[in-house]
Amino acid sequence: MTTTTIPTPSSRRPDEAWAGFSGTRWRETIDVADFIRANVTPYTGGPEFLCGPTARTTALWRKLTDLMAVERERGILDVDTATPSTITSHAPGYIDRDKEIIVGLQTDAPLKRAIMPNGGLRMVREGLAAYGYELDPRVEEIFTRYRKTHNDGVFDAYTPEIRAARRNGIITGLPDAYGRGRIIGDYRRVPLYGVDRLIKGKKADKAALDDRPSTEEVVRAREELAEQIRALDELVVMAASYGFDVRRPAATAREAVQWLYLAYLAAIKEQNGAAMSLGRTSTFLDIYLQRDLGAGLLTESEAQELIDDFVMKLRIVRFLRTPAYDELFSGDPTWVTEAIGGIGCDGRPLVTKTSFRFLQTLYNLGPAPEPNLTVLWSPALPEGFKRFCAQVSIDTSSIQYESDELLRPRYGDDTGIACCVSAMPIGKSMQFFGARVNLAKTLLYAINGGRDEVTGEQVAPPMPPVTGDVLDEAEVRAALDRMMDWLAATYISALNVIHYMHDKYAYERLEMALHDSDVHRTMACGIAGLSVAADSLSAIRYATVKPVRDERGLVVDYVIEGDFPTYGNDDDRADQIAVELVETFMDKLRQHPTYRNAEHTQSVLTITSNVVYGAHTGNTPDGRRAGEPFAPGANPMNGRDRRGLVASALSVAKLPYDAARDGISLTSTVTPAGLGRTREERIDNLVGVLDGYFDAGGFHMNVNVLDRATLLDAMEHPERYPQLTIRVSGYAVNFVRLTREQQLDVINRTFHESR
Amino acid sequence: MTTVAAPPIVGSVHSWDLSTGTDGPGTRVVVFTAGCPLRCLYCHNPDTWQRRNGTLMTVDEVVAIIARYRRFIAVAGGGVTLSGGEPLLQRTFTTAVLQRSKELGLHTAVDTSGAPGDRVGDELLDATDLVLLDVKSWDPATYRQLTGGDIAPTLRFGRRVADRGIAIVIRFVLVPGITDAPDNVDGVAAYAASLPTVERVDVLPLHHLGAPKYEALGIPYPLAGVPTPTPDEVEAVRARFRAHGLAVT
Repeated sequence: MTTTTIPTPSSRRPDEAWAGFSGTRWRETIDVADFIRANVTPYTGGPEFLCGPTARTTALWRKLTDLMAVERERGILDVDTATPSTITSHAPGYIDRDKEIIVGLQTDAPLKRAIMPNGGLRMVREGLAAYGYELDPRVEEIFTRYRKTHNDGVFDAYTPEIRAARRNGIITGLPDAYGRGRIIGDYRRVPLYGVDRLIKGKKADKAALDDRPSTEEVVRAREELAEQIRALDELVVMAASYGFDVRRPAATAREAVQWLYLAYLAAIKEQNGAAMSLGRTSTFLDIYLQRDLGAGLLTESEAQELIDDFVMKLRIVRFLRTPAYDELFSGDPTWVTEAIGGIGCDGRPLVTKTSFRFLQTLYNLGPAPEPNLTVLWSPALPEGFKRFCAQVSIDTSSIQYESDELLRPRYGDDTGIACCVSAMPIGKSMQFFGARVNLAKTLLYAINGGRDEVTGEQVAPPMPPVTGDVLDEAEVRAALDRMMDWLAATYISALNVIHYMHDKYAYERLEMALHDSDVHRTMACGIAGLSVAADSLSAIRYATVKPVRDERGLVVDYVIEGDFPTYGNDDDRADQIAVELVETFMDKLRQHPTYRNAEHTQSVLTITSNVVYGAHTGNTPDGRRAGEPFAPGANPMNGRDRRGLVASALSVAKLPYDAARDGISLTSTVTPAGLGRTREERIDNLVGVLDGYFDAGGFHMNVNVLDRATLLDAMEHPERYPQLTIRVSGYAVNFVRLTREQQLDVINRTFHESR
Repeated sequence: MTTVAAPPIVGSVHSWDLSTGTDGPGTRVVVFTAGCPLRCLYCHNPDTWQRRNGTLMTVDEVVAIIARYRRFIAVAGGGVTLSGGEPLLQRTFTTAVLQRSKELGLHTAVDTSGAPGDRVGDELLDATDLVLLDVKSWDPATYRQLTGGDIAPTLRFGRRVADRGIAIVIRFVLVPGITDAPDNVDGVAAYAASLPTVERVDVLPLHHLGAPKYEALGIPYPLAGVPTPTPDEVEAVRARFRAHGLAVT
């Protein structure tokens, strides 16, 4: 641990830091949303005002890209194998101290990774071994002999049934050996209020519990608040090591960006959660930038530099992970998701010049998957902003879109996105991340009476298998219903274990310190293989599907006679089956009580794990061959959406958001020619498609505008495309960092080309 | 006395889809009719040549599909395009679908070679907002070599469309060694420039994406081995059109 002297308290009062700001409510109580409403300057113009990168920005970024080239070659650049990461574990680190405007690194050097054994020691050990490092024996000893991890706790309480379900890949990707993530601290509270004020609030919340009887719930709340306060104290120490006093509110734009980043940095030093999202910061920061611009303290170029520097930091967030993890979620993702735009509850757009400045980083620094820039889209957004978003999508394929029209009425206008598609009001709600179950495999289990079609293992309790020479729809449906009942129960049971243990052994102290103390929780379940399951049921209903059994009596293949409608062509016959599957599984999940009474939700999202799920799933009744990748997220199966991008999107838009409140992901890939003949036409048409899709009730769309030829060339010559970014199911990845299998999957996935 | 209902108008339809930016402005319902009198060497939809290979659909059925996208098109911008095959070959059906689309408040377009234009009535044109007119070649001999048909009806149709004040986008497919002769390009360009309602000329470089369809149909692909034009060659032809004062993409 570093020792740092904290400077004596500043004489500056909040009033000074808040000079020129309007509104009252946010001054009396912690309420960032109210601050934004009272002070936002909506911007309805175009991108003309934006500045390119300065020489300083370009030089600093080049330094990082050089390091990243080495990192790409080695897998990781460097790692500290001896120091479990905490908020204060490492001495200050710099990329280039003289050139940096915003400072702070996870360790004492850029791209040097840290170990975080609280989640699980095995992941740390394997992560190190994969890159030729060995865990420090002292750390090994501490975390085996003296200190239990989240992973240890989970496996103490897993049932044999959960283990079998996990082993056979019907329930997968569970955060039982790594940090669960998907919690967004309201990092804006640190610049707006200063840490002193936040600690004061937490102390008051804790004192309010003093008179309550010490029930299990109250004891836990008291302990958590004590931990939150401790984490805030550590944030003050860490910030001081960089020379900043974050006990007081930020007084300038530069301080606001710096304070905000330090708060986020503290979170990523403490947790290697699966997704460490940022929240909704651009319009908040805009208020500070506008104030300084107005006072002549900042030029536009300097304002852009602050954002460029901040985004550079967000692009080098790194965690130590295992190759198996990367096989699921390729490209070393961190999901530093930033929600941009949207409309306020008062009808004014929350688009500001800084919304543009964030998107401009994709030009100034080039395209990149991180931060995961997420535009909250509404047809009512200002035209200038919509056109700029479309332009950036066409140029960089680095933006995803989510429906502000679905989010705002449900969560209000200060909603952020965790990971890819999980919405939550910032600082007021957190989720228990639950990965996903394999719905296609569930159907095969139903047909085979609970036995795994690949391993032959009896995973679910024995149930009557489907008999006969032709699959009968009613019989299959009834079996599927029983299998989904079992799956929902087993799944919720596993998640309850996981989150109990995560709270106990790897509690997110700092992130939760930046939430209201009385927080809403969701249990975020998920499904994969929706399109395979829907098409399979469609085949069984509309065509003749004959099962092929092997010597074990297991159905291992299907002979299909006749045509059947497929999901993804805006054809209700198939699309309604997908809708029913989503609704049915959601209903079944809701029947099981959750840890801490979390609200049940589910997502239809896979990121890149659709490849691995497919690899572990046998032949399916829709004609998909064993091992073939599933479609990602809620996408129709590759090549089966024959009526174009819009028809495909309209099928997905039918999935009811209220039965999948954790998000429904659609990835659309189109060639430039598939949007129009000129640049202007392409921009207009993409704006139109987004307006139409979200108007039709669509929730999410990744937009890739790419040529197949470019991707093929990038596979052959990765060194020529270090920044080629494509979006996959709620997330963007560096194409050249995908496995070859995933690259082929992306290329084979439907390209919507003109005829 | 009994009234006898008129039999419903039926068309032979190959397929329909939704496209963006390729078959007229915005996002459009594109109805591909089956049957075409030409046999263009580069045709990428050989599966639409034969009328008998299409599905018989009534106007009501087609309009019911179009009507589902009224809201989407209203929000996104776009309309309806009758393409093919050759939509003018089924003029009664095409006219009715266009008229009904207009009644739904939708922008309408026809993607045609103009070859059957002489037999098309004014009521079809009255229901059409935009004609995507393929002028495949200027030189009659080349036109015949390329399409198996005559250029004259196309030119007459284009003139008639322009005289009625209907917007036109001229399409010209650039096939190296066949349509790229400077005189040939200049001829198409001069014709296009003489039509007052031409908004734009699209120069479309030859591609071979349709080749697998030929294989599937068991028809030899006539342009196998013909190189696709280089970007420079495409740009040179575009410049030739521009020199006639035309907007070109």
